[in-house]
Amino acid sequence: MTDTRTPLVEMKNISISFGGIHAVDNASVDLYPGEVVALLGHNGAGKSTLIKVLSGAYKRDSGEILINGEPAEITNPRDAKKYGIETIYQTLAVADNVDAAANLYLGRELRTPWGTLDDVAMEAKTREVMGRLNPNFQRFKEPVKALSGGQRQSVAIARAILFDARILIMDEPTAALGPQETAQVGELIKQLKKEGIGIFLISHDIHDVFDLADRVSVMKNGQVVGHARTEDVTKDEVLGMIILGKVPEKAIPGPGAMQTA
Amino acid sequence: MADITNTAAANRARLASENPVKRFFRATEIDTRLLGMVGAMLIIWIGFDILSGGLFLTPRNLWNLSVQTASVAVMATGMVLVIVTRNIDLSVGSILGVVGMTMGVLQAELLPQLLGFEHPAIWIITLAAGLLLGAAIGALQGFIVAFLNVPSFIVTLGGLLVWRGATWFVTSGRTVAPMDATFRLMGGGTNGSIGATASWIVGALACIAIVATIANSRKQRKRFGFPLRPMWAEYFLVAVGCAVVLGAVTVVNSYPWPVAIARKFADANGIAWPEGGLFIPHGIAIPVLIAIVVGIVMTFISTRLRFGRYVFALGGNPEAAELAGIKTRWVTVKIFALMGVLCAVAAAISTARLNAATNAQGELDELYTIAAAVIGGTSLAGGMGTIAGAMLGALVMQSLQSGMVLVGIDTPFQRIVVGVVLVVAVWLDTIYRARAK
Repeated sequence: MTDTRTPLVEMKNISISFGGIHAVDNASVDLYPGEVVALLGHNGAGKSTLIKVLSGAYKRDSGEILINGEPAEITNPRDAKKYGIETIYQTLAVADNVDAAANLYLGRELRTPWGTLDDVAMEAKTREVMGRLNPNFQRFKEPVKALSGGQRQSVAIARAILFDARILIMDEPTAALGPQETAQVGELIKQLKKEGIGIFLISHDIHDVFDLADRVSVMKNGQVVGHARTEDVTKDEVLGMIILGKVPEKAIPGPGAMQTA
Repeated sequence: MADITNTAAANRARLASENPVKRFFRATEIDTRLLGMVGAMLIIWIGFDILSGGLFLTPRNLWNLSVQTASVAVMATGMVLVIVTRNIDLSVGSILGVVGMTMGVLQAELLPQLLGFEHPAIWIITLAAGLLLGAAIGALQGFIVAFLNVPSFIVTLGGLLVWRGATWFVTSGRTVAPMDATFRLMGGGTNGSIGATASWIVGALACIAIVATIANSRKQRKRFGFPLRPMWAEYFLVAVGCAVVLGAVTVVNSYPWPVAIARKFADANGIAWPEGGLFIPHGIAIPVLIAIVVGIVMTFISTRLRFGRYVFALGGNPEAAELAGIKTRWVTVKIFALMGVLCAVAAAISTARLNAATNAQGELDELYTIAAAVIGGTSLAGGMGTIAGAMLGALVMQSLQSGMVLVGIDTPFQRIVVGVVLVVAVWLDTIYRARAK
């Protein structure tokens, strides 16, 4: 946290409540370019709600969002996309029966001067982007349905990259995947980091994300328990943060930290 | 990454161990499913030819078959898009009825009063009005499906009754005849065929188009350095495509005008009646030409245009399509409107062919259309289907029906057979797809 660069995203003192219940209470998180921050917490801890404020699905009651140090007005998903924020959904939102190129360009197809689809150009660009992300990917002609979960995930991510995403939100990206595929997504995330893309990983399972993340931010009952660099803490200590709200020595406590003497 | 490396290795292993047949299909990229359908159709054709004592595979019967298929084939192309988006249209037969009846009244009763009998503009005005009416009915049904969220099964089941009722209402059940002479050409018959020379020209153009398409696709793929088909496979595809086209032209050009009509024609044109009779070939029937053009246009729409891409994406995963920013509701309205237009084209073909508009026109056509699309490989689960498959499906259905008539099977058994074939075809397709996975 001694980084002197401008954070890619800074969410400051965000609060949002639904019918008197504080789903997120005075929460602050940040994200630097090329960094992976895991947002951890139990179901209902407020992590998804907090991140949906960033992706434009919810509107905050108070607080501030800075993108590249500039205050950002995000009130709907389209605004978020404008700031280069893309969300990869847990449900693998790809169109199953068309190929990778069609998925990458769905909704903004390239067209020839005659108004017809320029499939060849789309396939060329797709090969380029996929080659960067996942050099072994070869099944460009097959419907996405025929691909493995990990490959489908890389198609979804490639789609986000093609939108010039600078900030990627991945909600339980490996929840639907097997161990090998999870490893594959891990490789992908490392690749994205190299390109300077900042990633928020959301999970309730620390094992999924601990090895991928540079930092963890833990939430409990709508409040931030604390932040820590993963190299400074053990899995057990992070688990203590998630379950008890107990902040280890090397972590920075937040407003939700357990009050001890 | 591990599993990708593994599958790549497995792919190489599979390629190496592949037998020549598999390698052939991979190289030519022929859809084995479509090939299976062609095979099934050939079996039906040859089977009926043997059972009927050589009556089935005659130029005359094949020419008639092509004309009889046209109307349902046209509607089946639209049904593919409807079913691909997980909808159904049960009202196509009734839309055909009401549009056909309206066009009948227009050309036989209303327009002659205004313009005079057999005025050259009558058929154009009639056809345009029919297409507009079809589009309007389809768009209305699509609007109810998309924006009022009524399931398409119910909307079009209602439409089945409403438009059939409307067909009755237009003339209180009276049959309207005869049709305008120019309009009647759309129904085929001796005059509604383009003759030998024009048929050869159409065949030659089709062959040029086949060569151009394959060459262009190869050029495009080369430009971006994508894997190419082997040269022999390209030549093979061109050869097969051209052979089918020229073979079909030969068949329709071998079916001469009936003697009585040929004699009348000879008398009218002062041609001396030769010894063995005058051989004037039919050539391609105009309704068949219409169906082929519709098939090409619909294939173009579904594979080359953004609209078609959206239709398939929507069918595969409606949620993903919505998240990608596709206006899914409008796409649905457009699909149903297009279906309505195709019903109008089919209505023109069938009223012209019958030379009358009746209130029973198109009854049960919705079922034949759906059956054609489904036999042609359109999945009711959505997301899958091809225009060519559906048209071939229509041809298979019609072959069965005409074949049974030729062989002399009674009407009740005809329906039983068609019903059983539909179920068995879809069952076989299910097995094929399960194994293809």
